[in-house]
Amino acid sequence: MPFYVSPEQAMKDKADYARKGIARGRNSVVLQYDEGILFVAPNPSGALHKISEIYDRIAFAAVGRYNEYENLRVAGVRYADTRGYQYDRADVTARGLANWYAQILGTIFTESNKPYEVEIVVAELGESAAGDQMYRITFDGSVADEHGFVAMGGQADQVSAVLKERYTEGMPLSGALGVALAALEGQGDGETSEVNAGQLEVAVLMRGRAHRAFRRLTGARLEELLSAGGPATRQTSTPPEDADQ
Amino acid sequence: MGFDYFGERFTAACMATGTPSFADFLAACAPGLLPGTGHQAAPVAGGPAGQGIGLDLPHATTIVAAAFDGGVLMAGDRRSTAGNLIAQRDIEKVFRSDDYSCVGIAGVAGVGLELVRLFQLELEHYEKLEGRSLSLEGKANRLSAFVRGNLGGAMQGLIVVPLFAGYDEETGQGRIFSYDVAGGRYEEHKFHAIGSGSVFARGSLKKLYADGMPVDDAVTVCMQALYDAADDDSATGGPDLTRRIFPVVATVTADGFRQLTEDEAGGYAQAVVDERMRSPAGPRAPLHSQQNE
Repeated sequence: MPFYVSPEQAMKDKADYARKGIARGRNSVVLQYDEGILFVAPNPSGALHKISEIYDRIAFAAVGRYNEYENLRVAGVRYADTRGYQYDRADVTARGLANWYAQILGTIFTESNKPYEVEIVVAELGESAAGDQMYRITFDGSVADEHGFVAMGGQADQVSAVLKERYTEGMPLSGALGVALAALEGQGDGETSEVNAGQLEVAVLMRGRAHRAFRRLTGARLEELLSAGGPATRQTSTPPEDADQ
Repeated sequence: MGFDYFGERFTAACMATGTPSFADFLAACAPGLLPGTGHQAAPVAGGPAGQGIGLDLPHATTIVAAAFDGGVLMAGDRRSTAGNLIAQRDIEKVFRSDDYSCVGIAGVAGVGLELVRLFQLELEHYEKLEGRSLSLEGKANRLSAFVRGNLGGAMQGLIVVPLFAGYDEETGQGRIFSYDVAGGRYEEHKFHAIGSGSVFARGSLKKLYADGMPVDDAVTVCMQALYDAADDDSATGGPDLTRRIFPVVATVTADGFRQLTEDEAGGYAQAVVDERMRSPAGPRAPLHSQQNE
């Protein structure tokens, strides 16, 4: 360790380190659709999740270092369940959780030797689209209140650009999925990567479900949505007999 | 009691690798939030529940459970009593603990409801953290630990005894578990009843129950059993036809937990009552068993 490092330099080094770590991974996308909020992440693993349920109407998505955001996920579930137990289920909010995460990540960034290389989004389903909330929390504890869509990860600018162009409010689920994949495919050097159901982790917070709104979309259901999503999507082994949109 | 969500103790406990058990997590970092933490008050000589500590606490009573072809069902009456008074006419004592199980409580109502709430959260918490539900045995074991945790309270008269039933996805069958106040867990076969009216309910079930009966018959049998319990136990309530308050009836099958609607439960209850108008003691069991039973 050097004798003296200016605080600005130390923070800048940590921030660069965290950003570099996050940029190593793939981007993820969170966006609103007519019946709720959609989460899409490229993820070849079926067992290790980037997108998870926190509470009845609250979900969690992350990019970066797995063990670190897994830690945050578990902490978030514990926070939410304790809150809901001490008060009432209706008293658990994404805003409260986001603030709590911000405080934790901020403390880690400032006080520990190595910052967390993570970027997380906490989203809450509202009674209607106007009530949906999305919060992005970065490695240094900054919180941002987002609307419509969020691009997470290193090349967020490129992904955001595609989303801004193609996103419209009140899209059906298949349309929203198509937009998300178009945005994710557009990252990198402009080459489109083969994205199929087996390589994706997709989940939704969906209105109209009793109690727990979170649901993973996998298997046949996901394939169906991918094939209905439009020309930007491709599916796994068996192509449809005819374009059925 | 102050509880600091932003405090280092809580956040550190949340971030630590640890147990998927919610109750254990609370015990480690927020023991004051657990139910029953007030029971360390001066112990009282044993006596009828609640009266020893000078309180007439509401008690919940008779719960029945029965296995049928394809699952298990649980039904509970709607009365809670405090001494000779009816404390509540429409208390619910049978709850969904998760998608494939249900729990009913007898004993001190307040403590029982706390226990159920914590148990529901315990199962959900595990599922969210681990990504899979507990096995049915695992759920039954956790409930056992909770009942054991209330032993101190039970010895002061705050007794709660649950009845647990669930659908075992591995065997495709409904299973029933009963408990004693020390947390002992006993698997029951076919049917069981708990609460002050359980003696009467069990006698009725013994004569009316048949193995592998369809769900409709099983619901009727349980309605009859609850009616018989209410007939002989003042702490168990019969169907209230004027106010349309009927026993809570829930089934757990491969399709999950389902509570009968008020209309459905009312239909079964009304049918039982109509028959009792003609035959007040209920269906009469044949004196000799059939050859093929």
